[in-house]
Amino acid sequence: MIDFTQYNNRNISDDYFYLDIEKPPVTWQGKFKRVVKRTLSGELFVGLWIVFREMIKFDIHTIQYPLEKLPISPRYRALHQIKRLVESGNQACIGCGLCEKICISNCIQIDTKYGSKGRKVVKGYSINLGRCIYCGYCAEVCPELAITHGQDYEHVSEQRAHYATLPDLVTPMDIFKAGKQKPYPGFGSLTPNADNNVKKTPLAY
Amino acid sequence: MESAYIIETIVKVVIILTVFSALAGITTYFERKVLAFMQRRLGPMHVGPYGILQVAADGIKLFTKEDIVPQNAVKPIFKIAPVFAAATAFIAMSGVPFLPEFTLPFTDYVVHPIVADVNIGILFVVGVMAVGMYAPLLGGMASHNKWSLLGAARTVIQMLSFEVVTGLSLIAPLMMVGSLSLIDINNYQEGGIGHWIVWAQPVAFILYLISGYAETNRTPFDLLEHEAEVVTGYATEYSGMRWGLFAIGEYANMFTVAFIASLVFLGGFNPIGIIPGGLAILLKVSFLIFLFLWVRAAWPHIRPDQLMWLCWKVLMPLAVVNILITGIVLI
Repeated sequence: MIDFTQYNNRNISDDYFYLDIEKPPVTWQGKFKRVVKRTLSGELFVGLWIVFREMIKFDIHTIQYPLEKLPISPRYRALHQIKRLVESGNQACIGCGLCEKICISNCIQIDTKYGSKGRKVVKGYSINLGRCIYCGYCAEVCPELAITHGQDYEHVSEQRAHYATLPDLVTPMDIFKAGKQKPYPGFGSLTPNADNNVKKTPLAY
Repeated sequence: MESAYIIETIVKVVIILTVFSALAGITTYFERKVLAFMQRRLGPMHVGPYGILQVAADGIKLFTKEDIVPQNAVKPIFKIAPVFAAATAFIAMSGVPFLPEFTLPFTDYVVHPIVADVNIGILFVVGVMAVGMYAPLLGGMASHNKWSLLGAARTVIQMLSFEVVTGLSLIAPLMMVGSLSLIDINNYQEGGIGHWIVWAQPVAFILYLISGYAETNRTPFDLLEHEAEVVTGYATEYSGMRWGLFAIGEYANMFTVAFIASLVFLGGFNPIGIIPGGLAILLKVSFLIFLFLWVRAAWPHIRPDQLMWLCWKVLMPLAVVNILITGIVLI
């Protein structure tokens, strides 16, 4: 026979204690006394006062959504973006295909070829936004911080399958030239004090 | 019967019908706003400035909505039930003097702002309002729906219980006045705030307010249409304007209860100091309507068994004791 006492013991901590709740009255005198006490204690008016106070204070918490928006976390995973390299303006994607491999809903497809200089270049890239579950694995696995999640969460489509291709995802050139491509502040990005943490790799150790 | 009287009555009926139908809509707007402010929300904001045209939007929606009659419903009764709700609410208003009598501008024609000045005014009003109970009862029973049936059953226990308290709570002030006419009751309280019946009959006033809330299905006693328990109770199967008639009836009843409470207990349309009588009663009614909304924001509603307990074990004995004491004092 197994001893269940230690499993049945629900007092996982000594911090738990029973509240000192008054026992309900049994006699009719006690019940009557409780009714009178509750009637005259004015608890109902406390409730009235609280809601009236809130109305007077007029501390409204409503966000009128299309007109006002709450700030969202930099780590929020909304529509994907592919960044451009700050130095050259080329897209940062090196065509390694890790995002395609890791995508758990199989919604990324990437096609590469050898470019004129013998380097791998991205021929085509598409994300099925209707399938994407916005888990963020693609952005997390990307070695170049090329594919990232942006902040734009307002998108709809008329069909289930809704593809975003390279031209949709890469930062448009005019925005990039205006210097408006925001660095990705989310997971995997450089911390603000990254420069201080950099040390030169020694040649001899 | 002179023709001027008939024309005057018809005009008054039309004015009451239009004004209170419109007020029912406007009150829903104020209800939503007040509840929202008390819950730190904004309420309707998008239709018109500060959402004021929400009333019109709701009206258009109600009028153009498909009128669904369930397949197995008892159709004639199902269709007629909402009419009871609105009709009884408006018939009850015919016995209520809304304003002090006044002369039409530029003439010496005296208008009595009461449709039918019957000498048993308050009995008529309370009686017709009680007939309004048939609307949720018939509508709920004819709907062929479990929630509606439960709502109808709750209607009976609630309305029937609280009708007793309404009657008993009104008897005590009526004993003081010695007349059932609402105009007599109003005239009895002439001479400023000190002469209001509420000071002599505070218990009756509170009892009447409580039972008034129960009769108009307002929040502490809205168990006939409590969403979390019985969907919308008797109104579950209703849509469009049929449901709208229920709503108009409810809000019209709220106004009747507020007017009766002001007339019987709060000095009616007697002037207070420099405030003229007509304005005084409108202020009182506005406050009572606000109280309806305020209470809805603040208090939870009660279980059916608590309702019955409250009515039969607390309020009814209190009302009887109040009548006894009033009688002894009067003798």
